[in-house]
Amino acid sequence: MVIPADNNPLNPQTGDFSNYTLPDEHGHFGVYGGMFVPETLMHPLEELRLAYAACCADPNFQAELDADLRDYVGRPSPLYHAERWSRELGGAQIYLKREDLNHTGAHKVNNTVGQALLAKRMGKTRIIAETGAGQHGVASATVAARLGLECVVYMGEVDVARQEANVYRMRLLGATVVPVKSGSRTLKDALNEAMRDWVTNIDNTFYIIGTVAGPHPYPMLVRDFQAVIGREARAQMLERTGRLPDALVACVGGGSNAMGLFYPFLADQDVAIYGVEAAGDGIETGHHAAPLTAGRPGVLHGNRTYLMEDANGQIIETHSISAGLDYPGVGPEHAWLKDSGRAHYDAITDAEALAAFHHLTRTEGIIPALESSHALAYAHKLAQTLRPDQNILVNLSGRGDKDMHTVAARDGLIL
Amino acid sequence: MSRIAQRFQQLQDSKRTALIPFITAGDPTPQITVPLMQAMVSAGADVIELGVPFSDPMADGPVIQRATERALAQGVSLTAVLEMVRQFREHDGTTPVVLMGYLNPIEVMGYAQFAQQAAAAGVDGALIVDLPPEEGHDLIALMKAQGLDLVYLLAPTSTAARIKRIGDVASGFVYYVSVKGVTGAGHLDTAAVAAQVGAIKSLIPLPVGVGFGIKDAETAAKVAQVADAVIVGSAIVSQIETLAATPERIPDTIGNFLAELRQAIDAVDCSVTSRAAE
Repeated sequence: MVIPADNNPLNPQTGDFSNYTLPDEHGHFGVYGGMFVPETLMHPLEELRLAYAACCADPNFQAELDADLRDYVGRPSPLYHAERWSRELGGAQIYLKREDLNHTGAHKVNNTVGQALLAKRMGKTRIIAETGAGQHGVASATVAARLGLECVVYMGEVDVARQEANVYRMRLLGATVVPVKSGSRTLKDALNEAMRDWVTNIDNTFYIIGTVAGPHPYPMLVRDFQAVIGREARAQMLERTGRLPDALVACVGGGSNAMGLFYPFLADQDVAIYGVEAAGDGIETGHHAAPLTAGRPGVLHGNRTYLMEDANGQIIETHSISAGLDYPGVGPEHAWLKDSGRAHYDAITDAEALAAFHHLTRTEGIIPALESSHALAYAHKLAQTLRPDQNILVNLSGRGDKDMHTVAARDGLIL
Repeated sequence: MSRIAQRFQQLQDSKRTALIPFITAGDPTPQITVPLMQAMVSAGADVIELGVPFSDPMADGPVIQRATERALAQGVSLTAVLEMVRQFREHDGTTPVVLMGYLNPIEVMGYAQFAQQAAAAGVDGALIVDLPPEEGHDLIALMKAQGLDLVYLLAPTSTAARIKRIGDVASGFVYYVSVKGVTGAGHLDTAAVAAQVGAIKSLIPLPVGVGFGIKDAETAAKVAQVADAVIVGSAIVSQIETLAATPERIPDTIGNFLAELRQAIDAVDCSVTSRAAE
């Protein structure tokens, strides 16, 4: 990451976000988003949109969701001032929103609890989900077990091999894990396969998409379910420090933890917003997963957004040490926030993320997920450009237990 | 009148049902596609659906996804597909060719360039699987300006309102997806298909083709009883797959298969015609 010297990182050029109401009724965030799906899915998506609108208008739904988030997920998640780490960095104060302390170990469960309640209201008996690292698959299998719903999780064959522990967790929870053998055999192909299942089994099946991507209304409803992160953090920062943070930092794969943090702050024009993509081996090598940083707009998985594609419009394979960021697209609202200038996007390499992983572990006794380590690495650099009386709020989106094998392998250890 | 409209008019005049085969362009080699298209026409194909390979074909089943992967492994781009159509047109000025694919390669080429180059190559229409009318305004206008037909899918889940909405922008024919699922899936419920085709025809004036789930002469004959066109994809593509190592055998083999389907469809048409005459 390079912050240009002539560019004050805390003075983003922004439009007016004081009355932000996107997406529009067709799911568009400017030119992004929308419903680019086969005809078979148009009617089910409309049903979902109507069911979600009915739930939003129903105080009982919100009360049920709030109770689940409190008693089952463990919310509110704490806000933690990483004092020792901040001191070592010698710049701004860093506050961590501890989504790693949620049930199942990441922010993913905020969304699956919400969508599962929606599924129940719609009378669906079967849950399907796609997963990359396995966190969303575990969070989906978890809520399905609790509600007694059948659960099928699609996971690329490559990811099944590198995330054995999560595959086992899903199976313990009663889910069927289907290894996807098509295409690049990773997250994007799992999403294709889940869409196919949904098309085929629409009558009884609810598709829990794990990120703020896919066709409308998914980017909106996943954002809304994740926005509890930002609402809590905003109140916690005000209570703790007496003011809003100077900057927000979150990692962006599909972008659900980031949207969840950013959304309640969009109207706060003085709060700078940074999304951090995976630069993999380095943007210049082409081995990365940073569509906002190095891709261009196109259409994939039901929405228009920034993509990683070749000159002919074929989607190309991505690379990141973190399976959860290893996706060639990104939520359409991030594409819109990038173009509008309200949020800034940059990328962190595998090596930088690993360094941050070790640094936080050693200085704070918190082992972060490799995904979240990208946000931490960026916060490290950003903090050093700011004063000690300024505050950075980082979304610690998940815990690193799932990444022990990956990190150990980098150190030459086989666990 | 477009080449597609002309073809359906001729078929209607002679009381015949159209046979529309689907192949993926460049599967298993780019060189075989044009000879295969010619062989399919000789065997009785009325319209050809030519699949444009895309890396993430989310509405297709495993058979067509593998065909797509074989074509992409040979570097087959949208530009290369248009070149294949241009070559086909050198020897066949009458058989309509409809491209079937996904939006992203067209986005990258640019809507205006695509419409212009497709028309120039001799393409007659396109079915863009992930472009519902709601999202298609700009491309629809550009394609219509070039005289290209827009073929749309209709599904068992399509409501009357949606069918009408699609009828407002569709031209050439509409493609009724006969089963809930992806290409190559499921069993065909002929009675349900007949009812739905009737419902579609009462709402929009275009010919209705039926696809998804047609595997052999028997299912083709059943569909021919209720549809204006029988669309066959995965059953052809899976035979191509088994011959991928010997592509030179593909045109004859697929030609023979289509000839069987043609015969079965025509037998139905004759009996329907004679019943009507009685």
